[in-house]
Amino acid sequence: MSDILTEKIEIIKQDLGSINNIEFKRENGDEVILVKKDQIIPVLKVLKSKGHFDFLMDICGVDYPQREKRFEVVYHLFSSKDSGRLRLKTALGEGESIDTAIPVWKGADWFEREAYDMFGIQFKGHPNLRRILTHHQFVGHPLRKDYEADQQQHATHVMPIHFDNTKDEDGSVLNDKFVPINIGPSHPAMHGTLRVMAELDGETIVRAGVDIGFLHRCFEKMAETHPYNQVIPYTDRLNYCSAPMNNVGYCKTVERLLGVEIPAKAKALRIILCEISRVIDHIIAVGTGGVDLGALTSFFHLFTYREEAYTLFEKLCGARLTVSLTRVGGMAQDAPVGWYKDVLAFCKRMRAEIDEIDQLMIGNKIFRKRTEGVCPVSAQDAIDWGYTGPLLRASGVAVDLRKSQPYYGYDQLDFDIPIGTKGDIYDRYLVRIEEMRQSLRIIEQVAKNIPEGDYTIRDKNIVLPEKRDVYGNIEGLMNHFMLVIKGIRPPAGEIYDATEAANGELGFYLVSDGSANPYRLKVRPPCFAIYQSFPTVVKGALIADAVATVASMNVIAGELDR
Amino acid sequence: MQQTHSQVQRAVGDQSAEDLSRSFAFTTRLEDIVAWGRKNALWPLPYGTACCGIELMSVMGPRYDLARFGAEVVRFSPRQADLLLVAGTITEKMAPVLVRIYQQMLEPKYVVSMGACASSGGFYRAYHVLQGCDKVIPVDVYVPGCPPTPEAVLDGIMSLQRMISENHPRPWRDQWKAPAGMETV
Repeated sequence: MSDILTEKIEIIKQDLGSINNIEFKRENGDEVILVKKDQIIPVLKVLKSKGHFDFLMDICGVDYPQREKRFEVVYHLFSSKDSGRLRLKTALGEGESIDTAIPVWKGADWFEREAYDMFGIQFKGHPNLRRILTHHQFVGHPLRKDYEADQQQHATHVMPIHFDNTKDEDGSVLNDKFVPINIGPSHPAMHGTLRVMAELDGETIVRAGVDIGFLHRCFEKMAETHPYNQVIPYTDRLNYCSAPMNNVGYCKTVERLLGVEIPAKAKALRIILCEISRVIDHIIAVGTGGVDLGALTSFFHLFTYREEAYTLFEKLCGARLTVSLTRVGGMAQDAPVGWYKDVLAFCKRMRAEIDEIDQLMIGNKIFRKRTEGVCPVSAQDAIDWGYTGPLLRASGVAVDLRKSQPYYGYDQLDFDIPIGTKGDIYDRYLVRIEEMRQSLRIIEQVAKNIPEGDYTIRDKNIVLPEKRDVYGNIEGLMNHFMLVIKGIRPPAGEIYDATEAANGELGFYLVSDGSANPYRLKVRPPCFAIYQSFPTVVKGALIADAVATVASMNVIAGELDR
Repeated sequence: MQQTHSQVQRAVGDQSAEDLSRSFAFTTRLEDIVAWGRKNALWPLPYGTACCGIELMSVMGPRYDLARFGAEVVRFSPRQADLLLVAGTITEKMAPVLVRIYQQMLEPKYVVSMGACASSGGFYRAYHVLQGCDKVIPVDVYVPGCPPTPEAVLDGIMSLQRMISENHPRPWRDQWKAPAGMETV
């Protein structure tokens, strides 16, 4: 992979020859380009057209108060052609501004707003540079290093109905020809913390807007104030429908920065946990999607099987939902005797159940009429918005990190990547249901051939000793004491690593300064990029279709707002 | 049906009014029978904001089935609910919405705070997280856990039912005032 990338970098270098002051380097296996802030847009354009980096995965800020130019704006690019990744960084002083990347990628919109909200970074030309995660009465920028983590600011009211500004329209001015409607948060037709606003002409949506941040619980600030292993329970609560997958994504990132390889048994356990999580995540997506369309039965039916997965987790570690079983360096403990047999039995029952759900939902005339051809998203749009995961595949783009950048031995396993053709709501459910079947295939293959050996590495500077050693001998006790007091200390440096989570690419951008806490941990949540397309996707559709669209996007507030 | 009718007729014909009441009626105090009715017909509003909301689905779901406790009718409209189940982290941005929903509920109304976040902010001692929903609304029962197991939630609901049936005094609710800036409904 990196050879192709090196070649590509050479081509790009030639193309960028006219642009001065560009520095190429490789850091912990990631390709990095340092650019001056005025050149960022031309460089992004060249990378998109000549370098075939078709995805803008993430934009984020990092604060270095000691530096002369205090902020760093970081762009992460991905190529679906050759799975290459590239990181662009540019320095920015306080009070300076940088051009918005929206003309190059539509998907830059919310990521830039977030960087503005968290750091106060100004993006010139951004039409809606206002707060996105914190409330509108919030003062200051919380991810700056000089903002105290526990300095709360109260809100007294929510913002009235508002929309995004466009070239012709001011988003805060409502058109009195149409009926404004506010749905959520906590609304009969909306999921939990989501808020959708719309202007209606009859039942047709003329303008739509969303307001997020109602579950912004400061994950990234919490990560900066906790040692590496204590961040793991916080990651559970990102996408809480498939908690173990977030643990794995985070630990994999830290392990790559540390340069350690986990044992085969830990990899196998992680794959099983991840794939069970994918199944139960899709259960929620399909089940509640049905509820939103009036099909309550499938939810109750599917939840029986989610409970079975919970029972498996409980047997494994005692927790049901937020498992936190992954540790940096491997797993916290081995699976109990007979657990893999239980897993295989679950797969068998689940397989029959999926066929039943398939008939119950997909075979249902009402369900099909409500979803087929509704609010489709083309492959080009999906890529431009930064869609990943089942939604991208429903639009017909076969990108799955388990195939394109295999980790933990996914390349040794036999499974297929289902894709859709139209990218409508119907295709999304088809893809999800088929993915559940494929996940079961993966689990069965792994659970039948569990490798022998240890479930974690035994590096004294990374993994705590076993309890019997802590209480049984002085070395174990000292080792335990030292690691708890000192903490895991990865070398100074930075890394971006991604896994294929249930909703798409779950990326972690980790900056370490060599201390016991992460210096900066940016999560690239899959549904953040997806949900920003919502106002555009539902424009011109019926209000009932908007509800169906939200459900099919499977927006999980925990990872959306973090 | 026919037989019952004739039995009643016989009772009216043969016995005094006092004996009559013993045969097919019972006496109680009005407040007790009202409390009995209230405790067994709670209509919950699931205010699920985060992870606890997913566990709340389990509580409602087929295995744990909250319907067994009379709380079967889940209502997403505050006008139709009398039990506010706060399940999940309440952020500073969400607090005004929560207060508004609480204000819109009709009396008598009860609040159960499910999980560490709703009860105290949990392990989010953070700039955008309300340190417990009791900062803005009066809470009757706190359920610990992160997230609590469905059994713990059922136990919380049963505790509330005991409180209702005993007409337990609720000074926190009687003295409650809307937080500054959120007074209007």
